[in-house]
Amino acid sequence: MSEIEKVYPAGLATNIQKPITDPGIEPHRVRMTDKSEKAAKGAEQQIAVMFGISIVGAIIAIWGFFAFPIADLADTRNNTLWMGIGMGLSLLGIGFGAVHWAKTLMPDHEVSEARHQARSNDEARAKAIEIIKTADAESGFTRRKLIRRSLYGALAFFPIPALVIFGDLGPQVGDTLKHTIWKKGVRLVRDSHEGGTPIKASEVTIGSVFHVVPENLKDIEDHGEKLNQKAKAAVLLVRVEPSELREDPAKASWSYDGIVAYSKICTHVGCPVALYEQHTHHLLCPCHQSTFDLADHCKVIFGPASRPLPQLAIEVDAEGYLVAQGDFTEPVGPSFWDIRQS
Amino acid sequence: MRRRPWAIGFVIFLGLVLSGGGYAAATNVVQSEVSNADQVAEGRKLFLANCASCHGSNGEGAIGGPSLIGVGAASVDFQVGTGRMPGQASGPQLYKKPVQFTEEQISAMAAYVASLAPGPAIPDAEYLRTTGDGIDMTHGSELFRINCAMCHNAVGAGGALTQGKFAPALGGVTEKHIYEAMVTGPQNMPVFNDANLTPEDKRDIIAYLKYVEEADSVGGYELASIGPVAEGLFVWIFGLGFIIAITVWLGAKAN
Amino acid sequence: MSTATEQKPTTFIGGAANYLDERLSLGGVLKNFGRKVFPDHWSFMLGEVAMYSFVVLLISGTFLTFFYQPSMASVHYEGSYAPLKGAEMSIAYASSLDISFDIRGGLLMRQVHHWAALLFVAAAGLHMLRVFFTGAFRKPRELNWIVGFFLFLAAMGGGFTGYSLPDDLLSGNGLRIIDGMLKAIPFIGPSISSGLFGGEFPGDEIVARLYSLHIMIIPALIIVLLAVHLMMVIIHKHTHYSGPGKTDENVVGFPLMPVYVAKAGGFFFLVFGVLMAIAATFTINPIWNYGPYDPSPVSAGTQPDWYIGWLDGALRLAPSRMDVELLGVVLPFGVLLPLVISLAFLAVVAAYPFIEKWVTGDDREHHVLDRPRNAPTRTAIGAAGVMFYAVLWAGASTDLIATNFQMNLNQVLTSMQILLIIGPVIAYWVTKRACLALQRKDREIALHGRETGRVVRLPHGEYIEVHEPVDKYELWKLVDFKDYQPTLARPNAQGKITVSSKIRAALSSLYFEDRIAPVSKAEYELAHADHSPAPAVEKPKRKPKALAGKK
Repeated sequence: MSEIEKVYPAGLATNIQKPITDPGIEPHRVRMTDKSEKAAKGAEQQIAVMFGISIVGAIIAIWGFFAFPIADLADTRNNTLWMGIGMGLSLLGIGFGAVHWAKTLMPDHEVSEARHQARSNDEARAKAIEIIKTADAESGFTRRKLIRRSLYGALAFFPIPALVIFGDLGPQVGDTLKHTIWKKGVRLVRDSHEGGTPIKASEVTIGSVFHVVPENLKDIEDHGEKLNQKAKAAVLLVRVEPSELREDPAKASWSYDGIVAYSKICTHVGCPVALYEQHTHHLLCPCHQSTFDLADHCKVIFGPASRPLPQLAIEVDAEGYLVAQGDFTEPVGPSFWDIRQS
Repeated sequence: MRRRPWAIGFVIFLGLVLSGGGYAAATNVVQSEVSNADQVAEGRKLFLANCASCHGSNGEGAIGGPSLIGVGAASVDFQVGTGRMPGQASGPQLYKKPVQFTEEQISAMAAYVASLAPGPAIPDAEYLRTTGDGIDMTHGSELFRINCAMCHNAVGAGGALTQGKFAPALGGVTEKHIYEAMVTGPQNMPVFNDANLTPEDKRDIIAYLKYVEEADSVGGYELASIGPVAEGLFVWIFGLGFIIAITVWLGAKAN
Repeated sequence: MSTATEQKPTTFIGGAANYLDERLSLGGVLKNFGRKVFPDHWSFMLGEVAMYSFVVLLISGTFLTFFYQPSMASVHYEGSYAPLKGAEMSIAYASSLDISFDIRGGLLMRQVHHWAALLFVAAAGLHMLRVFFTGAFRKPRELNWIVGFFLFLAAMGGGFTGYSLPDDLLSGNGLRIIDGMLKAIPFIGPSISSGLFGGEFPGDEIVARLYSLHIMIIPALIIVLLAVHLMMVIIHKHTHYSGPGKTDENVVGFPLMPVYVAKAGGFFFLVFGVLMAIAATFTINPIWNYGPYDPSPVSAGTQPDWYIGWLDGALRLAPSRMDVELLGVVLPFGVLLPLVISLAFLAVVAAYPFIEKWVTGDDREHHVLDRPRNAPTRTAIGAAGVMFYAVLWAGASTDLIATNFQMNLNQVLTSMQILLIIGPVIAYWVTKRACLALQRKDREIALHGRETGRVVRLPHGEYIEVHEPVDKYELWKLVDFKDYQPTLARPNAQGKITVSSKIRAALSSLYFEDRIAPVSKAEYELAHADHSPAPAVEKPKRKPKALAGKK
């Protein structure tokens, strides 16, 4: 039985006598390079060639940098390619050379080194305990309760400011998640950086899909705020054969002659749901495959989403342009704990 | 790196416009009316032989296929010109197949279907050019991301739809067919009429797609442009695979 | 040291060494560590691959910081990439494009950085699997398992924060998913999201915040954990595979100097060189394809880098319509369930060494590794875990599976849901049976030798296949492992059988009820009583390498 097995419980290990005793490390196999000086010489040359290739590689990389000053994308390609190949060769040359050296010319006799248990020996432990006791006695850590306990208190309190100081990382959530910038009379415009154009109902033919933002989005000056509002207000506008819409009578006035507008923000985790199938009226989210039935108030028919996509009630203004009847009547995007509380 | 072809294309285009364009415009008007009637008759024959069993003898639609009244020449040119029609096996979606008709036959059938009721026409060459004056690829790429990338992927590598349907990859599709697909909305693809994306918008989108298709990849092999999944598989199979091969060599004893 | 004055160095190197030693006592350090022995096996280098990838990340990342600008303020792009010329985008995205197109070597460094990141996490993961399947996490290395576990998490965190920095459409949608997941956390979710993004999603602060995490906090964390990880390796000395001459009291291998300096040092250059070659020839994360981030568009094939894939897959595989309302509080289980399951999976991974120790009750130090077949239940548990992870991982690419193999997306997803539940069970059962079969085969070989395929006819007409007895080195490899028996639930001092002792007994029987004990001396002698050839031959007949490589 080994030293370790004597000291520590072996748990449920059974003690089976081995058929033979440990024969010890396997005998060393002689390499070609050990036997013949010629082979060793050959290996030496091979290693030197590899290191030589490394130098060539480095030169290729330097050449690659200067040979292709960037004028067009072909130069970028050549830069990347030749500097990469050169540096790769340079690195691989050193690597293969060094390892080949170790394998062929450095000793390959396996050696055994004794291990020691992680546990300190008893003497060291006793000494360590003594040091702790002395330190305790000298400082009065255990004896002077007042100091010790007040120290604990101080240690518990001092990190709190370090947490509190991060309080301004973000503003209070408030009801920002529950509103968008859609308002009564805001026109639906085409999604575009230049600030899109309004859409006439007659332009939305059956089977068409328009990616839409509110017209007042372009009035927002602050870039970050603009993105925030767009992230909630993006809408998909589709016209379906009115007979194919299965409309809730209470929401019948939310659509206009088969034209319906739904939030594009997935109620699962917020990806833009935009894969619209003209004939099945399915809306698919490319991120996690939640599928909504656009003809049936965007109810979830597949995938991990839970709530239907909120519908934006629309109508037509005096000039024939599509406008919102108001904001969404429920929050858009992923569910959160107080989503139903107003 | 597309600069030179760009310039060449532009020069050729200018040359064509200046020399041939004027002549063609002057003579075409008379000719087209005569040939059109013949073409429609020829188209009707082909239609009756190849399409009527599903789409009805007057294109009014039947059990097998939808009505073709008002789908326009563009629709026929796309469906037949990409080999999707005549449809073969029934399935969630029609696949591209080898084209079964000649250009003239397809034009004839398109002319016939167009004669049934007005519908989207085969696009004008002006909107199919990918280089030259007025093309705004930046605009095209933005429109592509907003209107198309969610199904077709950011560089048109294609993507999945529900129940076995898919948005096909756009590489290798001709400018004309891309345009026709946008304007007609084949199968489950939505329609992007000219009020939604103007012909100029469509041209910019096509120009962007052709740029992406033809441009050399600056970073090296593109792994099918399908994104991080291909990259992850590559690093596991080839990256780590190669490095493990090295570790095995490293741990093996020399001869 | 005082002796230094006695030996006056004559060469330059000698002089330099003397100078340093007189100030840093490096001689002592070298004396202690210079000939430390490391065992040689390819699988021991996986952790090294991860570490070297990390070094490559530091080097290439430093280059990138010189050119990258973590600002979300908007600019109009004026660089070389034609389809984005004039487009409105963040400075972060514009500077990433400039690195890619307009700075020589910039794209190479971006690609080597990204490939190194993927390799870093992959190698770390494979290293973890090696440690798991060989039982290297057992006493005294449990704490190092935990350190390694956190290293893996930190690597994932480093990867994710970096993925988001270019502020392109792909990574922006990735962040949006994170935002959606955070919001699902009851009560505090929306506030956490607001804190992370500095208000609503996406805001204009997140990139700068991720940047300081990515280039400062996370690398510092990784460096500290890595230092602790390596220090523990030195304290414990490396494990070695079971084999002749290898015991729990020694370590058999080659000395650090010169062999491992050359091998491990050379290996760094090899890993770096392979990454460089890949970066030169294979595109990774072509951000110019995705376009600038905009909250309204999205691209098909929106996936995270591979190491986040399993979490994305977990989100995809959740069942429909799981929002539950309780007393006015909405619990979106479509998100919470995957989140909880993923965290539980990680918790089990972290706790596994302690669970196994509790079941076996084994408090000895283990330095000789188990062959996976000799710990069938552990190996089977590992296989089940790998299967579970793999299904989640594959779940993140359901759309690509559907398009590339012309399958139905919905059916692919449903199959994955089913596979997530039954897959691990099948993997567990198959692996356990396979391990036991391999152990039986080992026993056969140990007792009766290896089949030679040579059939001979004995004088009395009987045909037998000649078995060649294995040499003593191979025999030792076949029989040198520990055998555990299941424990029974026993009453404690109060005469009660506690619940925990019942659980332990149940787990213990799960672990050890089906088991194959190593060949004992008695069995061996019995098997050889009627066979005349001398059992263990002295000289190895086969090349030792062929043994190590055999299944």
